[in-house]
Amino acid sequence: MKYAFSFLVVIALIVIAGLGSQIPGMPYLFGVALPYLAMMIFLGGCVYKVVQWAKSPVPFSIQTTCGQGKSLDFIKHDRLEAPHTTAEVVARMFLEIVTFRSLFRNTKSEIHDGPHVTYESSKWLWVFALIFHYSFLVIIVRHMRLFLDPVPFFIDWLEFGDGIFQIGAPNWYITDVGLLLGCMLLFSRRLITRHVRIISLVNDYFPLVLIFAIALTGILMRYFLRTDIDIVNIKQLLVGLVTLSPTIGAEIGAIFYIHLFLVCALLAYFPFSKLVHFAGVFLSPTRNMKNNSRAVRHINPWNPRILPHSYAGYEDEFREFMVDAGIPVEKELSPAKAEEIN
Amino acid sequence: MAVPKLQQLAKSVVQGPSLATGAIPTRDWMDIPVVFKSGNYAYPAKKEKVEYLNSQSGLHFPNAREWSPEDDDWKLPEDWKEIILKGLKERLDKFRSLKIFMDCCVRCGACADKCHFFLGTGDPKNMPVLRAELLRSVYRNDFTLAGKILGKMAGAREMTVGVLKEWFMYSYQCTECRRCSVFCPYGIDTAEITMMLRELLHLVGVGINWILEPASNSNRTGNHMGLQPHTFKDNVEFLLDDVENLTGIRPNISFNRKGAEVLFITPSADVFAEPGLYTAMGYMLLFEAIGLDYTWSTYASEGGNFGLFTNNETMKKLNAKMYAEAKRLGVKYILGGECGHMWRVLHQYMDTMNGPADFLEKPVSPITGTVFENAASTKMVHISEFTADLIKHGKLKFDKSRNSHVKATFHDSCNTSRAMGLLDEPRYILDHVVDWVEMPENTIREQTFCCGSGTGLNTDEIMELRMRSGLPRANAVKYVHEKHGVNMLACVCAIDRATLTSLMNYWNPGVSVCGLTELVANALVVEGETRGELEEGLRTML
Repeated sequence: MKYAFSFLVVIALIVIAGLGSQIPGMPYLFGVALPYLAMMIFLGGCVYKVVQWAKSPVPFSIQTTCGQGKSLDFIKHDRLEAPHTTAEVVARMFLEIVTFRSLFRNTKSEIHDGPHVTYESSKWLWVFALIFHYSFLVIIVRHMRLFLDPVPFFIDWLEFGDGIFQIGAPNWYITDVGLLLGCMLLFSRRLITRHVRIISLVNDYFPLVLIFAIALTGILMRYFLRTDIDIVNIKQLLVGLVTLSPTIGAEIGAIFYIHLFLVCALLAYFPFSKLVHFAGVFLSPTRNMKNNSRAVRHINPWNPRILPHSYAGYEDEFREFMVDAGIPVEKELSPAKAEEIN
Repeated sequence: MAVPKLQQLAKSVVQGPSLATGAIPTRDWMDIPVVFKSGNYAYPAKKEKVEYLNSQSGLHFPNAREWSPEDDDWKLPEDWKEIILKGLKERLDKFRSLKIFMDCCVRCGACADKCHFFLGTGDPKNMPVLRAELLRSVYRNDFTLAGKILGKMAGAREMTVGVLKEWFMYSYQCTECRRCSVFCPYGIDTAEITMMLRELLHLVGVGINWILEPASNSNRTGNHMGLQPHTFKDNVEFLLDDVENLTGIRPNISFNRKGAEVLFITPSADVFAEPGLYTAMGYMLLFEAIGLDYTWSTYASEGGNFGLFTNNETMKKLNAKMYAEAKRLGVKYILGGECGHMWRVLHQYMDTMNGPADFLEKPVSPITGTVFENAASTKMVHISEFTADLIKHGKLKFDKSRNSHVKATFHDSCNTSRAMGLLDEPRYILDHVVDWVEMPENTIREQTFCCGSGTGLNTDEIMELRMRSGLPRANAVKYVHEKHGVNMLACVCAIDRATLTSLMNYWNPGVSVCGLTELVANALVVEGETRGELEEGLRTML
């Protein structure tokens, strides 16, 4: 029922925006006030989150090494998997963030009669994640066209590449299909894979449904409901928003307000949800620390003063036995005790 | 709590109605309470052990009492809930890892089937993600806006005694092996979660005896076995007799000797029990062969650190003995024997906790002159690094045929592989001393499987659990046992030597377990020796 609830919430959001934006005067709420509010919550929330994380120190060097560490000259060091220098850490993080390297490692385990445990490479999650995240990224960059005047050259290139297949009119973008597909694949996975189904929360279904709805309304606008909207007015509004002088010209279709409202919902939801993983991944100590902890001392700012059970205390307790066994001691036995032993 | 017969368990892990085998629980995991029964929990810490630890400066082990996990009433302090929540708040402020790992998990499930406890038990709460959710659900409830507003809808739940019991169950069904953190796209490390859970539980007096008794022994006598100085010395000298009988060489050894060049520290289990003691014999023969100027210590006679399984304060206190003793004896640096979690502490915690060791010198091999730059600050060298360097420089003479009775495979310890990156040094050594093969690729190196009984879980009352969680490791050994006739599982870990022995006896009779240095010493040609034909190397009964 967790997934059904997500659908309900998103449908409610759509209804609110669809009807609300048609009430006279309300376009300013949906087109100006809420986007500003959502953006402030997004930026403020994300900054707050990162500051909160950064406020806690990293007391210990807890890198996870996934390859040979740097040791002797003739032992080949795996520089990416057990980075020893900052440059190597940067390379490791770069590949992690850009290519989802850890997910690429994924295996699927099965237990057969015998028992016989098998592991085989399983790249589905990696593929789904790549489709989803890269489609989303390209779509966000493409949308910069609406906020920037003049439109930077690289956005034209990106759009050309994204529409390279020249299918349909207007030309279908690969990433539009990719984002819809990515959402569907990741969602189905949550329902079908039994491990994932058990662990999935509303928090996991809701963003997928929301992003799916955002993509879908965007696609409807671009490919199917073109006559309902006025792109010139939209651009005027959006450029106005970023230059802090928003104006809403002639009427813009309800579908646009639905799309925008859903984006606002996503922005506002973002900092309070698991979506902060996009920032957190940079700060994960098991990935972003150097494996040089024996060569360079890592400092713990709250290192408590704790002393070992002292050698003197130890010797005091066992001195007779030690002397008797011929183990060197710091303090000789008292003559009386020595006598006793002899 | 009898351990089930092999056939029963073999059938159960495949056909039992578990998540690992395909059955899907019908209830939400939050609605399934834990049930403690004989055999599924390790015995609670004895009252006097908790009292002793609590009396030590810098340590905090309150609420010592007699109690049983099977009782409804765990005799928790009245304000247990405040203690736990305050403890969690403190730890969130002290450990960035905890905050990040609480916030960033997307529940993608990549970790789910990577855990040996999950594979062996099929219990959903043994999926690393769900183990973390046990804590994360409480974190959401009390420390996040979404959780406070939306409650259960946002995956939050209130801290209750039931939740506390669940924490106890599942933080002691995790060996902090970090295999899941290799596969997690954000590097979320369940070892951190388990460590935090265990720290929190100790705040209200919930801990197990198999960890706290060794911890208190280590504190008082210097080693977890509780061997007093003279007994420790006797044990080591007893091994000397064996070495002499077998090889005609009586290695020169010393205890607590000031002015030695090197202090040698290894897990105390190696001087006490089979098969570890063959590894200890190996150390002594190896050091004799190269004429190393070293000393043992009875005060710092434990390489292992049961504090790692308890809390960071205990870890620091126990570890501090190493530098204290090195300083007192005036050695130049410390050489560490084969052990897994010991090396996690030495590689990732020691310098931070108890350094800087500016009274020691940058380690240099007195035999080859090699400077161990990778240990420049901590000043502690791993025996495999030390030995590999000796071999590279041709300082050791081997007769590989002396290991002809052995067909080995190599088990990477969780900690040396995933918390240190010590992978190829042992392999380099193996190549020179024995005929060996690798286990399947998804079960070695950084993907190695735990023995199933690490972090203080190698206690007999949970033997079925241990045999289950050790299944993935045992199964990979079985593969090379059947395919290549492997009869020896070599490792660089003292806990492994104990736990893998039980595991092999159960799943793979016919496969023995040994330390790497035992194989080195078997093949080692030492000047002046009168070694005859030893059919089983240092294990030969004369």
